[in-house]
Amino acid sequence: MKYQVQENCLTIFLPKEVDHHHAEEIRKNADMVIERNHIKYVIFDFDKTEFMDSSGIGAIMGRYRIIRLIGGEVWAVHTNPRIKKVLTLSGVTKIMQIYEEEQE
Amino acid sequence: MKNANEMEVIFDSRSENERFARVAVAAFMTQLNPTIEEVADVKTAVSEAVTNAIIHGYENELHKVAVFCRIEDNLLTVHIKDTGRGIEDVEQAMQPMYTTKPEMDRSGMGFAFMEAFMDKVEVESSPGIGTTVKMQKTIGKGRNLWTTQSL
Repeated sequence: MKYQVQENCLTIFLPKEVDHHHAEEIRKNADMVIERNHIKYVIFDFDKTEFMDSSGIGAIMGRYRIIRLIGGEVWAVHTNPRIKKVLTLSGVTKIMQIYEEEQE
Repeated sequence: MKNANEMEVIFDSRSENERFARVAVAAFMTQLNPTIEEVADVKTAVSEAVTNAIIHGYENELHKVAVFCRIEDNLLTVHIKDTGRGIEDVEQAMQPMYTTKPEMDRSGMGFAFMEAFMDKVEVESSPGIGTTVKMQKTIGKGRNLWTTQSL
């Protein structure tokens, strides 16, 4: 899993395909980093991501469940229209903000 | 039977094969000249059903998952079959947000996604015998419901 920690904020650079296979790895690694670095904010970066199914939704909800206990937040960035559709359809956008970049 | 074509793949219930399954079905359906959106819909639905077979049907034990595809005119039919533990209450399993494995971060959205992305989803299951998910989607129907907005 590619990630970056800045103070209490963890950015996870998601792979090309976020399915059950990859979500397992993200889940395990992310929880270790969250605990070790006292993470409060988790940013899911979808820049490289072309595919996501409900396993990805589960991974997001799971991380939110951990950090909401300390008042944390989850964010999504660089979402393409397909990813946005999957996120919206799942209802996970009720707990997660999608950061919209300005269009040039 | 005119304009009909079929294929079937059988593979081990390893999580690596979830990708193989959806890509195989996506490759097979290209002969219908689908939109990128339609391919993405089918890939997501196949991924959900195969993931269910691996996690819930076989509970991560190594067995076989079968994916059968049929094309007739512009109708795509996909069957995903496992011979695992089966589902006691199919109606309950299909409820959005319902999951038997919340500790594994399952969102409970698998069947909801299948229903959202395919035209028709049917589940045949018997406890101890296995589960078959039967899905259909008409390709090239010009559905505007999910077309993404222009940027």
